[in-house]
Amino acid sequence: MSIIRPTRGLAGLGLGQLWEYRELLYFLAWRDVKVRYKQTFLGVLWIVMQPIVTVVLFTLIFGKLLKVPSGGVPYPVFLLAALLPWNYFASTLNRSSNSLVGNAHLITKVYFPRLVIPLSAALSGLVDFSLTFLVLIGLLAYFGIWPSTGFLLLPIFFAMVFFTAVGFGLWLSALNVRFRDVNYLVPFLLQIWMYSTPIVYGTSIIPDRFRWVLAFNPMTGVVEGFRWALLKEHWTEGGPETALFLVSIVTVVIVTITGALFFRSTERTFADII
Amino acid sequence: MRDTAIRVENLGKLYQIGQRLTRYETLRDRIALFARSPFRNLRRLWTRGKKRELEYIWAIKDVSFEVKRGEVVGIIGRNGAGKSTLLRILSRITEPTEGYAEIRGRVGSLLEVGTGFHPELTGRENIYLNGAILGMKKAEIDRKFDEIVAFAEIEKFLDTPVKHYSSGMYVRLAFAVAAHLEPEILLVDEVLAVGDAAFQKKCLGKMGDVAKEGRTVLFVSHNMRAITDLCQRCLWINNGKIIQEGAPQQVVLAYLSSGQPERLDGVITPDMHINATGDVYFRRVALLDRANEPVTTFFFGEPLRILMEYEVCRPVEGMRLIVAIEKLDGTLVSVLHHTDDPHAYLIDAEPGTYSASMEVALPLMPGGYSIHLAAKPAPGFWGSGKSWDWVQRALDFYVKEFSKDGDGILPAGGVVRPSAKWDIRRIDRVRA
Repeated sequence: MSIIRPTRGLAGLGLGQLWEYRELLYFLAWRDVKVRYKQTFLGVLWIVMQPIVTVVLFTLIFGKLLKVPSGGVPYPVFLLAALLPWNYFASTLNRSSNSLVGNAHLITKVYFPRLVIPLSAALSGLVDFSLTFLVLIGLLAYFGIWPSTGFLLLPIFFAMVFFTAVGFGLWLSALNVRFRDVNYLVPFLLQIWMYSTPIVYGTSIIPDRFRWVLAFNPMTGVVEGFRWALLKEHWTEGGPETALFLVSIVTVVIVTITGALFFRSTERTFADII
Repeated sequence: MRDTAIRVENLGKLYQIGQRLTRYETLRDRIALFARSPFRNLRRLWTRGKKRELEYIWAIKDVSFEVKRGEVVGIIGRNGAGKSTLLRILSRITEPTEGYAEIRGRVGSLLEVGTGFHPELTGRENIYLNGAILGMKKAEIDRKFDEIVAFAEIEKFLDTPVKHYSSGMYVRLAFAVAAHLEPEILLVDEVLAVGDAAFQKKCLGKMGDVAKEGRTVLFVSHNMRAITDLCQRCLWINNGKIIQEGAPQQVVLAYLSSGQPERLDGVITPDMHINATGDVYFRRVALLDRANEPVTTFFFGEPLRILMEYEVCRPVEGMRLIVAIEKLDGTLVSVLHHTDDPHAYLIDAEPGTYSASMEVALPLMPGGYSIHLAAKPAPGFWGSGKSWDWVQRALDFYVKEFSKDGDGILPAGGVVRPSAKWDIRRIDRVRA
């Protein structure tokens, strides 16, 4: 038996219900992937092209022209190891912040846990992530670099980028229902965020006394973590500092939980104002 | 108590007027408001301030009823009476503002056919997607797949993207998926009004089967025939309240005899927009006589000349204007697309105010009618898909029982009475 009545205050996370709707989560993610490359000639090749072109361009500008230090590994490898999680983060944040508004027709006509929508946006990015990962493996092979044992810790760093993207995505998607400003804000946000994360450069070029600031950007921990996990033995910079990394983890946990609570507490008005 | 499937008590839903019209505001507006008087507006920044009665409207109020397990209950009422709001609350899409509802059993709701259909995906893919959206498990869809395809009669086009489907095929497929939902309680909103007559009949048959299987159905329709045929009980909702409840024949009769033209000035007020996205708003509609004077009464046989004004607030591309004409009892008489005219194209418009006029020879039988307007992106058709603006019952009008020449119209059944040419001759002689 279910009861329908007005609710007030904070809502719970409703994870049990989310689990019941896992198939819908899968179908929506599958739809996103399927639709994205329908009626394109190159299809999935586009997914691979994007990181390759970025790597070539950035290597020329930052690696060759500006000679950004890359800690002893070839610049393209150094760059792609960071771009891999960053691209996943950026595309997921972008997609999930628009996801509720883009699926308004579903929200006003069918009931299901609304969390499914931004989450499916995060899942659909996995395809791009996996393909970019293959490109990275190819690049490592080309430079003759064997992944280090840190490789085994990749899932942890992946979980971190996943939750960073989902946490901020939940906030932004719910805000976007009421304030469409979010649409305009996200591209700026991502651009600023990308250059304040050590992607095209390494943390070594940042003065020590400012290092702590980086910890509040969880993407710093993620990017450094990916580099460390993949290139440990070749890379002279040694990866994220434990204390700073812990701060990043705490930040992500807070953002994700508050994001989910905010989302759940505002979702009851989505159908009325979207 | 145990055989109660749905119990609703004093349910009410308050909407802010214009809330669904303006759709969203920008953060800037909020900040500007906040800057003017920061402390008073601090709370408003999220809560929208105190609820002043004037700015709000009760879509439904003090609605209470019970539905027994296995009962089929029809809901009738004018457009905007609150029927859909009631179903939206019971299907948990939106929350009530007050009151309480208790539902025993798995609920399936069908407020629109084809929700979540993606034009780029094939029929096969859409069956799975739409099924999942309606709450079916993949295993369940696998099991019913062939049945769904057969019901929709689209075998040959299963692997064609649905954007290439005719609107008939699209609707058939959409209904077929929905019809194979097997919830214990089914909430249905006016989904039978689409498709051709043969398919509608098939849908009604399917609904009848559902009812016979002992499932509980709550069913909103303007099709009075369907209500009296399928339902055991009927609720009539007007202005958000149940005004009559009882045997379908009685309630339908009372409802039909209450139909009076009400909206006669043609000015479209903010509360008349349904599902407006804020891109386009209809502002005014008028019926013109031969002297271009606005009228609301016509003589039988006179062409209908409809003039509408609309405002484009954000640039739109590929817009189709749709005029639908209904009898006052809600029977859909005709749906006219501006693109039906071979000289007209889809509209690409920059912001500004526009007018459109049309003339149609529609020999309506004497009685009361209403005009509905919609502006939709091109593939959309009446009653389905996204609307930029949609105005239900923009204008009511009457067709008189006399023609312009003063001839009386002999009473006969039906809605239209076109003049037909007959040819009667003898084709064989009687053999002697």
